[in-house]
Amino acid sequence: MIKSHLTRRGVLKTGSVAGAGLAVPTIFTASSAAAYTNEPTGNTVTLGFNVPQTGPYADEGADELRAYELAVEHLNGEGDGGMLNTFTSKALTGNGILGKKVAFVTGDTQTKSDAARASAKSMIEKDGAIMITGGSSSGVAVAVQGLCQEAGVIFMAGLTHSNDTTGKDKKANGFRHFFNAFMSGAALAPVLVKNYGADRNAYHLTADYTWGWTQQESIQAATEALGWSTVNNVLTPLASTDFSSYIAPVLNSGADVLVLNHYGGNMVNSLTQAVQFGLKDKMVNGKQFEIVVPLYSELMAKGAGASIKGILGSTNWSWTLQDEGTKAFVKSFGTKYGFPPSNAAQTCYAQTLLYADAAERAGTFNPCGLGAALEGFEFDGLGNGPTLYRAADHQCFKDVLVMQGKQDPTSEYDALEIVEVTPRAQVEYSPEHPMFAGGELGSCNPGA
Amino acid sequence: MFGLTKKDTLLLIVVAILTMAAPFLLNPFPSGSAMAQFNAGYPDLMQRFVIYGLFAIGFNLLFGLTGYLSFGHAAFLGVGSYSAVWMFKLLSMNVIPAIILSVIVAALFSLLIGFISLRRSGIYFSILTLAFAQMSFNLAYSVLTPITNGETGLQITLDDPRILGVSRTESGGIPVTNLFGAEMRSTYEMHVGSWLFQFNTGYYLCAVLMLLGFYLSIRIFRSPFGMMLRAVKSNQNRLRYTGLNTKPYTLAAFVISGMYAGLAGGLLACMDPLAGAERMQWTASGEVVLMTILGGAGTLLGPVLGAGFIKYFENIFSKINDTILHQWFSALPDGLEDAMVFLVHPFIGKGWSLTLGITFMLVVIFLPGGLIEGGQRIGRLFRRRTAKPAPDSAPSSTPAE
Repeated sequence: MIKSHLTRRGVLKTGSVAGAGLAVPTIFTASSAAAYTNEPTGNTVTLGFNVPQTGPYADEGADELRAYELAVEHLNGEGDGGMLNTFTSKALTGNGILGKKVAFVTGDTQTKSDAARASAKSMIEKDGAIMITGGSSSGVAVAVQGLCQEAGVIFMAGLTHSNDTTGKDKKANGFRHFFNAFMSGAALAPVLVKNYGADRNAYHLTADYTWGWTQQESIQAATEALGWSTVNNVLTPLASTDFSSYIAPVLNSGADVLVLNHYGGNMVNSLTQAVQFGLKDKMVNGKQFEIVVPLYSELMAKGAGASIKGILGSTNWSWTLQDEGTKAFVKSFGTKYGFPPSNAAQTCYAQTLLYADAAERAGTFNPCGLGAALEGFEFDGLGNGPTLYRAADHQCFKDVLVMQGKQDPTSEYDALEIVEVTPRAQVEYSPEHPMFAGGELGSCNPGA
Repeated sequence: MFGLTKKDTLLLIVVAILTMAAPFLLNPFPSGSAMAQFNAGYPDLMQRFVIYGLFAIGFNLLFGLTGYLSFGHAAFLGVGSYSAVWMFKLLSMNVIPAIILSVIVAALFSLLIGFISLRRSGIYFSILTLAFAQMSFNLAYSVLTPITNGETGLQITLDDPRILGVSRTESGGIPVTNLFGAEMRSTYEMHVGSWLFQFNTGYYLCAVLMLLGFYLSIRIFRSPFGMMLRAVKSNQNRLRYTGLNTKPYTLAAFVISGMYAGLAGGLLACMDPLAGAERMQWTASGEVVLMTILGGAGTLLGPVLGAGFIKYFENIFSKINDTILHQWFSALPDGLEDAMVFLVHPFIGKGWSLTLGITFMLVVIFLPGGLIEGGQRIGRLFRRRTAKPAPDSAPSSTPAE
């Protein structure tokens, strides 16, 4: 139906313009004298804090941002210094990093891989960020880690719990301080067996995506090794807010423990509903019915309110710990913001300090030199006890906390209490463990 | 030229000049100055401007011409991205096969969805497309994880086969997307005084394709086929009574617009080889509707403007934080400074969507024709001053501008 007027002159004209258009890209080629991406040349160095500011994990993101700002203050020698004073490495002096004042930019990941990468790219391309850190979801962390590897900057993961981040999706430029699902299972299972007995039947409700699966797999393996059996594993769609149709069948399944592999708002809803259904008051197989939430966060505990009383779970860190590092951090965080930090905040604060310290020790911001300084680094004084940054997969190994919902909390920030500090040796695993196999770090990429 | 009227040629040339000079135009402030925050001339955002512009041009071909409001266009964008990334994984890192496959797959997918959804019109059509898109999103997010890598998004890895390329570069890294060796991410940086202009290969590839898409859309707008689509919009029943079967026309429009979306999705993956399931979510489908309406539905240039507007808010406003606000207002006395920061705070950073929402409301209420109408009103204001006669005859006679 389209009329065409093909003339020799028209074709020539069109062709030449199109040709010129296609030739444009080839005129420009990469030219860069820098040794690595975004080599800082002035007297400041820019870090990129990429956290969810909108969407389901916005609360976590806000807390992470507070911790980052605090860390920048301390690195620049403002405030009381926080954990700089307790950190075993004394390379940092409160004089910025390598004599350069620390500046930062912030961005919104929206808890979407796409938006997170766009935001990280703008930090790298526009603001000249030398390091990206943050994230409140494993999907986002893995996606941004991949981007940083390609762009040639360091990625210091924030809150990401999936095994994949330092398992099959590990990258040479990516480092994780937070613990993972395998460690949760290894720490939690013995406590569960001790409290609830070895002959339990577990029913899993699992968020239907990567993190949910790796966590479910880890918990199932860890509990079954100690004698539990798994009755069923039901995958729940990620957008669910109403879990009643998933909770009703639990009672008739013969299971006497419900494991909720949910996080954030999902966990708040599923736990509240399970408690409303009266599961915790039921007796099954002659035993008290129990609910377990493998990954806890302070913000979730706050959201779930009274429902979490007596429920076991694990965290990376807690502000109620009594070591010097924790005390110093809680004090400076509390002074600035008026409430105690969450464990997401602590891991972000620690990551920033660890990055700065590695740059000081390596004497460069080059991702390769800096990465080498982090690999195999042993340190203490950041609140988690003696910690190792393992070279083989860039995962930190440290004690894991098993937590329980307090029966009579004194404030909304005091909802959880420490049941056991699981020693590091108990949560260690080989880098070739089947749950972590399939990926490789590759070589570090300095970009440029 | 190009089989266009003089006016359309002028429009095309203006758009071409604007896109080619974008690295200059979008970086008006010297880097390092306080206003540098508002610069948008960095590769990633410029790429997004033209790619989402392309997406919106395609959407407008369906919505602007036939009036069928598809609420599931993001599904085609997502499918395009997944196809492109799979091409990078299996075949080679050259972008040409990836782009071709993404357009073809999106065409087939839109043919299927269009064939079913177009059995209904109006709100039922919108709901059907929305349902299909949400279905695709949920499949991609969890059920089809072996193909889509679920929540994390499909990425290229070191052990992909890449039959016509290399699995890993000599230095042990993942190869980068290229056009016959010209790397998509390579950027030429030009320092002029304290200004920094970035010319990115990937951006120019996207820009050229966007111009081609824009040209094609002008041709469709002006063709008898386009006229037929407008007839569908104005009164489909009357067309049927005259003995015309409208379905082939609407289906063709749907597929063409799906192919534009697939091309945009493929380009997104070429610029950054990752395909996330969120690209298919209903919010993404809603976004393109917003872009088109904000810019001006049924106009040629409107959707591109709308796309640029929304992406600018998403990427620039979300990055302004309180520290930056304090810098801006630091000249003011302390109390006033804090008050200003307090007032502006809800609209920046995490409040970027609030600002965008307010702008959208203002545009829809006061400029029902979108940003384009705003431009026309300003233009008319000037014209009225210079030449008096017949100010009212202009707007109705050119609905497609």
